[in-house]
Amino acid sequence: MTTLAANIQVTAPLVGGVLIGAAAATLLLFNGQVAGISGVVGRIVEGDFGQKFWRVAFLIGLLLSGPAYLYWNGALPPFEISADLPTLIVAGLLVGFGTRVGSGCTSGHGVCGIANFSPRSLTATVVFMAVAIVVVFLVRHAGVSL
Amino acid sequence: MNAVFALVAGFVFGVGLLISGMTNPAKILAFLDIAGVWNPSLMFVMVGAILTAIPAFAYIRSRGKTLLGAPASLPARSPITPRLLAGSALFGIGWGLSGFCPGPAFVALTFGDQRVWIFVLAVVAGMVLAHITLKRLDSI
Repeated sequence: MTTLAANIQVTAPLVGGVLIGAAAATLLLFNGQVAGISGVVGRIVEGDFGQKFWRVAFLIGLLLSGPAYLYWNGALPPFEISADLPTLIVAGLLVGFGTRVGSGCTSGHGVCGIANFSPRSLTATVVFMAVAIVVVFLVRHAGVSL
Repeated sequence: MNAVFALVAGFVFGVGLLISGMTNPAKILAFLDIAGVWNPSLMFVMVGAILTAIPAFAYIRSRGKTLLGAPASLPARSPITPRLLAGSALFGIGWGLSGFCPGPAFVALTFGDQRVWIFVLAVVAGMVLAHITLKRLDSI
């Protein structure tokens, strides 16, 4: 039975989303590159740091955002991991493997690809979202575990 | 100059993830848990992000060059392949199991929770495996 969560935030998610979109727009308009995290990291892992090391610079910027947020707000945002270690390891392997084979993730396909009106990216997004929803259902409501 | 814009883009991207709550696996899982207590927050994040990015992509599609006059590389309109579908499905399983996708995981590396490091190491390992696998498949 679906229940809607109480106190659903709208402003913070929208503002955050706009920032994500703005960041993707910036990387595209100035670097001519798609802000797909799995691609950025994946290519670094393959030894391709990008022209003028742009991929490394992007990753460093990403890694600086947490400390900056902490400095500005005095605390990190809420953070809760429910998966146990074995699950995290299996999940990590699947995320790493799947995003490279599928050529993208939520940022690359879900944001950039869809913003670019790519049928490929829309398809990929529908697939990984549907699968993720099924997995969560199985784990939370059908007693399935690793 | 390239590096500076990329650094800023990565930083703003991360701040966006943090502000939107997307660095919290619990929030992501709450969005994916449509049979439970559903929190649609992620939808607002994606809508906000996509709408904001659309004009930039339209511009680059028509102009073909960046604002600095350099070539822009948009992915080619290639067909939907088994790889796309299989890879997306596998990614979806991992995402559903953990509530983590690449971006938020890297941002969360600085939160001081060792479990994130273990997850990210597994992601990198998975990427290496994918690289090896795809190389083998493409050389057959």
